[in-house]
Amino acid sequence: MSAGSQQKYVRLISEANVEAAVETASTPRHIALVRITHWIVVLSVLGLLITGTGILVSHPRLYWGETGGVGTPSLIDLPIPFIIGPSVWNRPFHFFFAWVLVLTGLTYMVGSFITQHFRKDLLLAKADLRWNRIVGVVSDHLRWKRPEADAASTYNVVQRLTYLAVVFGLFPAILWTGLAMSFGVTSVFPILATALGGHQSARTLHFTCVVLLLLFVIVHILMLCLAGFWRSVRTMITG
Amino acid sequence: MTKFLKRRQFITAGLATAASASGLGTAVYFADRYGLIPPDHTGIVGIGETLTYATQRLLTSGHSLAREFKRSDISKVPIVNGPHPTDEKYLALLADGFKNWRLSIEGLVARPVSFSLEEMRRLSAESHITLHACEQGWSYIAEWTGVRLATVLDLAGARPESRYVVFEPFANPNQSRTVVRALWESIDMADALHPQTLLAYGMNSEALPADHGAPVRLRLGRHLGWKNTKYLSRIVITDRRDLYRKGGGTWYGGI
Repeated sequence: MSAGSQQKYVRLISEANVEAAVETASTPRHIALVRITHWIVVLSVLGLLITGTGILVSHPRLYWGETGGVGTPSLIDLPIPFIIGPSVWNRPFHFFFAWVLVLTGLTYMVGSFITQHFRKDLLLAKADLRWNRIVGVVSDHLRWKRPEADAASTYNVVQRLTYLAVVFGLFPAILWTGLAMSFGVTSVFPILATALGGHQSARTLHFTCVVLLLLFVIVHILMLCLAGFWRSVRTMITG
Repeated sequence: MTKFLKRRQFITAGLATAASASGLGTAVYFADRYGLIPPDHTGIVGIGETLTYATQRLLTSGHSLAREFKRSDISKVPIVNGPHPTDEKYLALLADGFKNWRLSIEGLVARPVSFSLEEMRRLSAESHITLHACEQGWSYIAEWTGVRLATVLDLAGARPESRYVVFEPFANPNQSRTVVRALWESIDMADALHPQTLLAYGMNSEALPADHGAPVRLRLGRHLGWKNTKYLSRIVITDRRDLYRKGGGTWYGGI
């Protein structure tokens, strides 16, 4: 290669590198919509958990069907004492945080379709929807294997499945089971309660879904530790 | 070029804020006119309460009915939430079958009236089998019999500018230190005129037991248990927004 074309070659390579570097530096890992709604959801879920627990401990027994109380058979008796009293303010704050969650969730849903966040970041590739692929990702994580550079910059198949399940399955289920316990709402849509088996079934399922959400949060935090906890948190704040 | 864009963004942002603010202001004005703002709309909790009450009022504006059940669904154990009053006055009334008790309907009415238990029983009676659930989490199904509150309000001639119906019960220091121990409670006119809103004097084909609010309790189909005031002694119809509740917690019990 002549000296002139070699120089040109080096220049082209370094330009491409600069371009690539500029690309990764200016394209955020998470778009603003995801970052802002993520933290608002975190705060509201925290508020809902605290107030929800306050309501639960005033009667820590779960039933099935329409009715249940002290003196009737229960599904589960949680191993905590009856702490009646704080529930007066737990209820209104529970619904305050529920509104924050619902309005933020709607913003995220609509915004994610508009910005194509769902399509670009969470859509599942057909090639990925194979058991050996899914099991492979899970076993890698169980062995605490850190992902490689390019794999780390996009959601893997298990992440996509999980996030989609939580956004389109778990949160709507929590909302449905919650609304099924509202006499105002069920007077207009009684099916919300009857489809689940009744008022107490809705209550039990509401609690079950919340436990599933907690399991998701625990695994989510563990995986952040695998990817670098503070780095991940920073990325979710600044992009 | 950047300076021009920045100014344009600033103007756009300013216009958007002004538009949202005036939009919100208009919404609040109309919400108030159509009775969609609850009396406890202040403070941070008030935001959630207003959103919940406004949404549910709009949703249930067609007199939607709470679910009703079959006779076979009636619970064998109607849970008692705290014992009845044990002061001399109440015990004397109880021993006497409430012969000396009268329920007075006062306030914004054309004809203030009062009823004895016998007189109430002679008014057109209605029964329904509905679910009663406490905010704590327990619930039971029972049949309540009584006279529709709407009938009583009609007899008393409630004025059109009425906003709330206030229920004053007998004091009950035996009730646990929770939201149920309100010194008085109230409902809006939509709930007051609702077909399932009863002044209930009967429960499961018997007279309302003392532990369940004898002689008469309020029975609402579409609210949590704590709104169903027991041991009624006086009903006051008002348009005042500051007399809605004397007790801890918030006002709307539809969720």
